[in-house]
Amino acid sequence: MTAYIAKRLLAMVPVLFGLSIIVFLVMALIPGDTATAILGAYATPENVARINRDLGLDKPLVQQYLIWIGNVLQGDFGRSVTLNRPVLAEVTDRFGATLILAGTALVLASLIGLLAGIVSAVRQFGWADRIITFIVLAGISMPSFWLGLLLILLFAVEWRLLPASGMTAVYGGGGPADVARHLILPAATLSMVAAGVIARLSRSAMLEVLRQDFIRTARAKGLSERRVIYGHALRAAIVSVIPVIGIQAGFVLGGAVYIETVFQWPGIGAMMVKAISTRDILLVQGGVLVVAASYVLFNLVADVVQTLLDPRIRT
Amino acid sequence: MSEIASSSSAAGGGARPPRRLSAFALLMNSRLAAAGLILLVLLCLLMLAAPILPLPDPDATAPADRLLRPLSEGHLLGTDQLGRDLLSRLVWGARVSVAVGLAATLVAAVIGSAIGLVSGYAGGRADNLMMRGIDMLMAFPYILLALAIVAALGPGLMNALYAIAIVNIPFFARNVRGVTLALAHREFVDAARLSGKGHVSILLSEVLPNVAPVIVITMSTTAGWMILETAGLSFLGLGAQPPQADLGSMLGEGRAQLFTAPHVAIVPGVMIFVIVISLNLLGDGLRDALDPRLRSGALSRPGPVTAIARQGPVPENSQPEAALSVERLETGFSAGAGRYQPAVRGVSLHLHAGECLGLIGESGSGKSVTALSVMGLVASPPGLIRGGAIYLGRREVLSMPQTQLIACRGARVAYIFQDPLTTLHPTYTIGRQVMEAVAAHQPLGRQELKARAIALLRQVKIPDAERRAEHYPHQLSGGQRQRVGIAMALANDPDIMIADEPTTALDVTVQAEILNLLRQLQKERQMALLFITHDFGVVADICDRVAVMKDGEIVETGRTRELLARPRHPYTRRLIACVPEIGEGENFLPRVARLMAREAREISA
Repeated sequence: MTAYIAKRLLAMVPVLFGLSIIVFLVMALIPGDTATAILGAYATPENVARINRDLGLDKPLVQQYLIWIGNVLQGDFGRSVTLNRPVLAEVTDRFGATLILAGTALVLASLIGLLAGIVSAVRQFGWADRIITFIVLAGISMPSFWLGLLLILLFAVEWRLLPASGMTAVYGGGGPADVARHLILPAATLSMVAAGVIARLSRSAMLEVLRQDFIRTARAKGLSERRVIYGHALRAAIVSVIPVIGIQAGFVLGGAVYIETVFQWPGIGAMMVKAISTRDILLVQGGVLVVAASYVLFNLVADVVQTLLDPRIRT
Repeated sequence: MSEIASSSSAAGGGARPPRRLSAFALLMNSRLAAAGLILLVLLCLLMLAAPILPLPDPDATAPADRLLRPLSEGHLLGTDQLGRDLLSRLVWGARVSVAVGLAATLVAAVIGSAIGLVSGYAGGRADNLMMRGIDMLMAFPYILLALAIVAALGPGLMNALYAIAIVNIPFFARNVRGVTLALAHREFVDAARLSGKGHVSILLSEVLPNVAPVIVITMSTTAGWMILETAGLSFLGLGAQPPQADLGSMLGEGRAQLFTAPHVAIVPGVMIFVIVISLNLLGDGLRDALDPRLRSGALSRPGPVTAIARQGPVPENSQPEAALSVERLETGFSAGAGRYQPAVRGVSLHLHAGECLGLIGESGSGKSVTALSVMGLVASPPGLIRGGAIYLGRREVLSMPQTQLIACRGARVAYIFQDPLTTLHPTYTIGRQVMEAVAAHQPLGRQELKARAIALLRQVKIPDAERRAEHYPHQLSGGQRQRVGIAMALANDPDIMIADEPTTALDVTVQAEILNLLRQLQKERQMALLFITHDFGVVADICDRVAVMKDGEIVETGRTRELLARPRHPYTRRLIACVPEIGEGENFLPRVARLMAREAREISA
């Protein structure tokens, strides 16, 4: 097992390397007018040339990349020109908030999705199945940011139950209970799409498993239908749902961009939206790289969990 | 996929697949898909007709009429913060959203499919390189990459379109590559290559038409997604820039008035929702209609007990002293719309304590379905028992309440199945699976269960049973797996054991060992054994009596020795001839072939 994890960690290296190249190229290939953006009205040709020289933008691309990746490996992601602050410090501050939001949403989505999928499969073509199928369809057809606005209107404006925005109360907030209260609406909104996708896949995974020979064996042994479904079938179905949860982690991390904007959650997504409109390239680069790397890492975790659950892959 | 196909055909016996419907008919059959299509057509008509509809100018501001509520005079949906008519803006904005979403879908489909086609067709290093690139793109969290691209290109509707399209290329490339890879070495492609066609023309004329359904499915399932994402980027202010407006940017602008005039933000959201849900309904319907695996209804969930709908009276038990009596059993498969495909027609069998009865016939003759019917294990849907009776001593199985029937399984009647790799649970240890078989009928503590399971594993001669109990099925050899299957069957000292081709999946030497074990256990315990096989060699080895099945009926029964010596039915003679003799060598096939030819003449005569 340790050897397997070590091997997988090693295999991450080229992927991360590739990621860094893509991130760098996307930002660098387009003739960005970073200098013009910084200088604004002062963008005389001489000033632009000086800024370009200061930032190393006049060097060949390969050299620029090597300098950048060398610095990144030493933890230096550069300095945000708009915030006048090291990119790494800003990104790590923000990333914690995103992890809380996205992590909660993913756990919620997995629980709700699995449960809904199982109920749907067990009650196939029954009323529960139809209702769940419809809710799932509606959930994945709805813009999540719009749902967020609706929830704010209902829970914060109409019923005054939950805070509408932010991560902590402005006065006297900050404790875990306060964060939890602020977390409910955004996490629920963010989990919706992933829960829908997971529900769909759990349903079909369960239905597929229920057709297999070993389920007939379980029945032939005289096991109760409950044991057959919630023991044997579920155990086999979960193995194929785990990688889907891994993929959904990416959608949740990406979807956080909208939800953080709607709920003014101080996460990395909201930061990047702002950085894009101010063309703070280094900040966008750092943010994308960190989120993508954490996604790759999370998929590794999902793979390891799947391996633990399925003895056939383990050996 | 192949697993489903094989398991359903194993249970299905001679059932023919249900009649195929055309893709469009199927699409229309699904009420939801039809609703989606109709809704979508209506929306498209509305959007296309926008220039000729009596709508006010969507960009005409009217400061006096700011933020009017819906149903105001002259403004059905009210007005926004600049007094512009919301209904008009909605229709015009939807045109932009849908056009951009569909354009992105088209771009992603063309580029992605091209990559997939070339990659799958070329194979080798080119394939490897391209797929690595695609994997790299997929290593990004979906929306993040779109954001990075917009960041580089700058905000704007066209840039949002490119970003969304690029992000979706991997889905097309992967799906199309998978199908192309399977097609690239098929006969018709080889034939085209040999006929001197160029690669490009082969790809376009031979491969592409076969890949098209996959492209259509992927397009229909991603189009809604892309419209959502375009709206999302506009909502963030990175897509449509004023004065241009799409539904997403309307929503984004409306957000500022969320507390004072919520309708300005809500209305465009409803429109996005309606467009996307109609697309998704249609997409799901298309996928179901074009995906042949879903077409035959292979994924309906089997119930705990075969459906029973007996027509006519329940037959009497003609041999009450038998351990198991099957009387005039009728089992088949419902093929939808009231159609029924018989698999077992009026079969009667009697099995006495201490006796081994062989049930023999070719695949599809209905022998497995007969055996599975005894404990209601034929998967249904589509399985259906239409008539007959099954007696365990005095009790009639098919009239029992479900819980009683389930209580009989494993306790009174135990099964051994054909392929022990697929019939054992892949992620439970074999010890646990045997323990479960015991625990289903005997209330024992954990330690006792464990001891009992190990004892059972020893009885079926699994060496080093304690250690083996911790192993998973895939770690055992085929013969050992089948021994585990037998151990589970023995767990509760059943009166009747039904072995459904227990040695077919094993090689010959292991076959002999398993047969010996079964015979020995049966003699020791005076069990009644129903042994299903297609091999007369095996029957001669183990069975006291034989019943020969063909096309769902029993054509001949008798004591094994007599039946082997003087087979009356031509089908029986044919089956017997199919057992090769030692030293026969190359004469075997011509001999059987001659027999078949004579058979055909006799049958036609």
